Amino acid sequence: MARIVVMGGGVSGHTSATFLKKWLGSSHEVIVVTPNSLWNWIPSNIWVGVGQMTKKDVTFALADVYKKAGIDYRQAKAISIHPEGDKELDKNFITIEYTGQGKEGSTEKVEYDYLINATGPKLNFAATEGFGDANGIGKHTVSVCTADHAEHAAAELKKVFEKAKTKKQKILVGTGHGMCTCQGAAFEYIFNIEHEAKRVGVRDNVDIKWISNESFLGDFGMGGMHLNVGGYTASSKIFAESLYSERKLDWIVGAHVNKIEKGKAHYELLDGTTGVEEFDFAMLIPPFAGVGLKAFDKKGEDITAKIFAPNGFMKVDANYNAGAYENWSASDWPRKLQNPDYGNMFAVGIAFAPPHTISKPMSSPNGTSITPTPPRTGMPSAMMGKAVAQSIVDMINGASEPTHTACMSEMGAACVASAGKGLFTGTAAAMTVYPVVPDFEKYPGTGRDINGTTGEIGLAGHWIKYLLHVGFLWKAKLRPGWTLIPE
Amino acid sequence: MAATKHMNHIQPYSAQSGTMIPTPFRKFLRTCVLWQIIRFIAINIKMTILILKSHH
Ligand SMILES: Cc1cc2nc3c(=O)[nH]c(=O)nc-3n(C[C@H](O)[C@H](O)[C@H](O)COP(=O)(O)OP(=O)(O)OC[C@H]3O[C@@H](n4cnc5c(N)ncnc54)[C@H](O)[C@@H]3O)c2cc1C
Repeated sequence: MARIVVMGGGVSGHTSATFLKKWLGSSHEVIVVTPNSLWNWIPSNIWVGVGQMTKKDVTFALADVYKKAGIDYRQAKAISIHPEGDKELDKNFITIEYTGQGKEGSTEKVEYDYLINATGPKLNFAATEGFGDANGIGKHTVSVCTADHAEHAAAELKKVFEKAKTKKQKILVGTGHGMCTCQGAAFEYIFNIEHEAKRVGVRDNVDIKWISNESFLGDFGMGGMHLNVGGYTASSKIFAESLYSERKLDWIVGAHVNKIEKGKAHYELLDGTTGVEEFDFAMLIPPFAGVGLKAFDKKGEDITAKIFAPNGFMKVDANYNAGAYENWSASDWPRKLQNPDYGNMFAVGIAFAPPHTISKPMSSPNGTSITPTPPRTGMPSAMMGKAVAQSIVDMINGASEPTHTACMSEMGAACVASAGKGLFTGTAAAMTVYPVVPDFEKYPGTGRDINGTTGEIGLAGHWIKYLLHVGFLWKAKLRPGWTLIPE
Repeated sequence: MAATKHMNHIQPYSAQSGTMIPTPFRKFLRTCVLWQIIRFIAINIKMTILILKSHH
């Protein structure tokens, strides 16, 4: 009997664990170690953040689902990995610390045959002065990264809209550091705020501004993309700027937010100049880092730097020595998601260390890096989770190495950014991009298959967004037919 | 004048004036239910092809 331990029960880890259990049945053991008791469909947190949904609408309890599926669920956080065992235990294991199930604070060693790291991001608010600390977000801004954050954001937004009935209010949305990713979430949130402001009749009294580390609007951490529209192939910059202009949203790009105070965001721009943006309400995405897992060899020596990149994400079969932007290639990106030193260890979703950014690295004359880091959105994350699960099943059955791949330069992503939630009132930008990481050898000029890279705005995208909400929650709850819903 | 009403909020030489602004007809199509049903089918097909191309 093989034992597979999945660290992290989010989008990618939950996908891995549920498929592993389905394919392996009761002859092998699947354990999920995750600190949260609730599963969260994170994309819908945007709707929670404007008060159109509640935390209850976007989460469900993991315990019942795992019990029904036969998955061993430990409500705990992984602390360290011991891929060679230790002096006492001759078997590889991880250490975990419980956060629930009545065992809060107690630690345990969990042995494994295969290990999947799907721990996602640490929301690194501490990277920017005044943004937050090791405990999380500070008191000057809000976030929509978790369902709790989003509920708080909705409450604050409501207060600002109330004040806007009598006094002009300033809203700032974007990224809170020069090395952030996840611009797509902030992009969706700013349009929902604008839509809500109109709905409650205060739009004329709120100035809404975007601030981000993208060198141009529409970069999205992917170096932008090109779309065929109206007989032209045009950059996403034009489409993004069009969307902002149409809705009277101002923007600041190429910004590294370096300090946050009550009602003020200080920033440095790519040209080296600095500025301060005042706000009554700000939702800024924090930079992401690995969750801080440690690794030790058999003798107890710290091998964290061997297993993890400096940003805390786990090294896999990527080319980490690609060097300058000019030398980058689509083949730098990992395919098997397998750790090069320990073949029974994998990392999926946000937890794997990308070889480099996707957007061209840029810095200000003062040497400040202002470059979006690579997005690893829901669809690619879930695909990675499934591919690794398939590989592990085959390896248990005798394959000598991973049989399935999920490479961001060979897979596409679909992204739907809504504005509003009503069936006939909201609209959404529905985008597809293929591949996520541009391959300039295969697709010279744009790096992408122009037939697979599309974008349009309308109710249709909005219906799809709602369907995704219903469909993915259905799938994650393992309701009848869940395997038929694609990742 | 009415034909450019959708541009009224754009200041000359501002960042906003350097991009394209949807015309009223384009905006109408975005919420025209019949047209959007067609687009709904089209986008779903596109996304399905994308998913099939992405699995290895
Ligand atoms: C507001 C917002 C909106 C978004 N909208 C979209 C969208 O519309 N479309 C899209 O495709 N993507 C979207 N994304 C991105 C998407 O949510 C991520 O790509 C996806 O969640 C990544 O999956 P993951 O499994 O890597 O990480 P997560 O889903 O974050 O899961 C990580 C899990 O690991 C757990 N964990 C943390 N530390 C430990 C530890 N030490 N031990 C064990 N477990 C641990 C966490 O509690 C969590 O359950 C959005 C993201 C945000 C923040």
